[in-house]
Amino acid sequence: MRKALAVGKKEFRQIVRDRPTLMILLFIPVFFLLLYGYALNFDIKHVALAIEDRDDSVERRALISAFLNSGYFDLAGRLRSPADLDRAMNGNVVRAALVIPEDTGRLVRRGQPAPVQVVIDGDNANTAATVLGYAVTIVRTVSLSLIVEQQGLKLSPLVSVEPRIWYNPELKSALFLVPGLIAFIGMITATISTALSVVREKERGTWEQVRMAPINTVSYIVGKTLPYLGLSLVTSMAIIVAAMYLFGLPMRGSWWSLLLATTLFLLAALGTGLLVSTVAQSQLVAFQIVLILAFLPTFLLSGFIFPIQNMPKPIQMVTYLVPARYFLVALRGIVLKGVGLATVWQSVASLGIYFVVILGLASARLARERG
Amino acid sequence: MSVPQSASPDAIVVRDLTRKFGSFVAVDHLSFTVRTGEIFGFLGSNGAGKTTTIRMLCGLLKPTSGAATVGGRDVGRDPEGVKARIGYMSQKFSLYELLTVDQNIRLYAELYGVPPKRFAERRRFVLAMAGLEGREKALPRDLPGGFRQRLALGCAILHEPPILFLDEPTGGVDPISRRQFWRLIDQLSKSGVTVLVTTHHLDEAEYCHRLALIHAGRLAALGTTRELKQIFADRQLVEIRTERSVDVMRALDAMEEVEESSLFGTAVHAVLRSRDVEPSEIVARLAAQHLAVESVEPVQPSLEDVFLDVVEKAGRE
Repeated sequence: MRKALAVGKKEFRQIVRDRPTLMILLFIPVFFLLLYGYALNFDIKHVALAIEDRDDSVERRALISAFLNSGYFDLAGRLRSPADLDRAMNGNVVRAALVIPEDTGRLVRRGQPAPVQVVIDGDNANTAATVLGYAVTIVRTVSLSLIVEQQGLKLSPLVSVEPRIWYNPELKSALFLVPGLIAFIGMITATISTALSVVREKERGTWEQVRMAPINTVSYIVGKTLPYLGLSLVTSMAIIVAAMYLFGLPMRGSWWSLLLATTLFLLAALGTGLLVSTVAQSQLVAFQIVLILAFLPTFLLSGFIFPIQNMPKPIQMVTYLVPARYFLVALRGIVLKGVGLATVWQSVASLGIYFVVILGLASARLARERG
Repeated sequence: MSVPQSASPDAIVVRDLTRKFGSFVAVDHLSFTVRTGEIFGFLGSNGAGKTTTIRMLCGLLKPTSGAATVGGRDVGRDPEGVKARIGYMSQKFSLYELLTVDQNIRLYAELYGVPPKRFAERRRFVLAMAGLEGREKALPRDLPGGFRQRLALGCAILHEPPILFLDEPTGGVDPISRRQFWRLIDQLSKSGVTVLVTTHHLDEAEYCHRLALIHAGRLAALGTTRELKQIFADRQLVEIRTERSVDVMRALDAMEEVEESSLFGTAVHAVLRSRDVEPSEIVARLAAQHLAVESVEPVQPSLEDVFLDVVEKAGRE
């Protein structure tokens, strides 16, 4: 244990003197938090809308103002002809267009259905679906109020929705993304720094030197990873605090549960880095493996951005191998919902199991080097 | 420097040591012994199996078959026991580049379990040996190669190991530092430390008490420098100076009396099959082929001649 501490002390001194590693551990997380935190935004507002208005009636004015006052659409221009629409869409000047035919007002007054056209740029299917939803809702609301007005009725809808959105009432996507971001950053920094630090020793020959010394590999590994665990834990907590100030992330649960889940997650990440280092012989190769093994799965398969339940079954199976998946459930639970360990124990336990298994694999690989 | 005397006069005993990587035999039934206090040189070209052998002797790599004891401990069964009794320094002189001289010394002292009571004295010893007194705060990367090398050696012997392994210890170091380094090795040996050193600098082999020549994983020759040179006892070695060395070599190789020829600096060395062949006769026959020769002289074989001869023979078999 004394030897492990000596190794830990040495590793810490090295990190402090080693600018690139220090950058990975301290600067990159902050950079990622700001970059992804501000750039990743799924809230769709201020959609550029063009209007081709061939009618001249009170009714169509109600429709247009309903669109523009909704907050979801901004008027980007008036169109004179279908050719204008082509040009505006192709030039990315507008994302949606509302076409109101000549006799809309007349048809409405006669009590006949009056079709209006909504054209949406479908190059981003997700955005298009959301915009379509907005448009349909607005048109329906206007249509209903026109009926009510025409019939002179005093009526209200028989069934109405009273929505309450829990945990994130304003549906800010930042609140959904930031926990994922914390997992992402933790995974990257912990895995990369561990993998690189071991492989660097292999490259420089100190690894061989240490293996010649009468210290067992486990003590060495423990000593070596300890500073990285400490540093990445500090960074993770700093990110959470920063997210609270920058993105209004609430912290509804207990800090102790959060610390436990984060520690286990970082251990899993360190273990992954260690396993990579037993395979890779150069820092470049180690970096590439980390990219494939940690970066992409954490980004794509953890539920960070894409919901797991929407994935095809075989891919859902793969997500069980991604530690960030469990951490995200625990983190969102603790931070957003304020639940305790009793609720997220399965995810926390899964992280623990993942850590034990990956450490076992790494030790087996290390032992085989002797074989 | 006090060294615990081992009961056996042999510090390292190697018997039929073999290591395979898949179907490739890196070390093939190697047997030799190294006496306590001896400087034992391990010579061979790159890939001959030197490093694999050292790694096995240090307990880093398990032998496929055969056995070896180092300081009385079996390398296969008790690698940790071996590790506690040896010092090791490799061609890269593995220091931590981001730790200061002093921090490196402290780290290795702790890794090797140097007792805290002994530490101050050992630290002084290493700093003095490396000539680094007053530069404890320097980073290894800012030091000249010779200092780094001596510091690495110092770190490897902080715990006063009775046996020291040096794997190509003088790579990338200037000749003066190399000489200083070998003087240190000689002192260690005189104080009773057994040193096994690999090198492909043949001039350095002269510092060794005994040499093992390794070729293709096998022991090709073993003995003192003088003993090794005896392989030329019933043959002649001549040095031929000429401007057309390549053509001369081709002509020599075609002659019955010449066993082999090789380029040696700017001259050609030829091994004549027997002591009876007259060198002047060779010159005459070269002249008949319009190959002018400046001089022909019998020379004492150097280790390089021995090495080339051994490799040549092994290649023919």
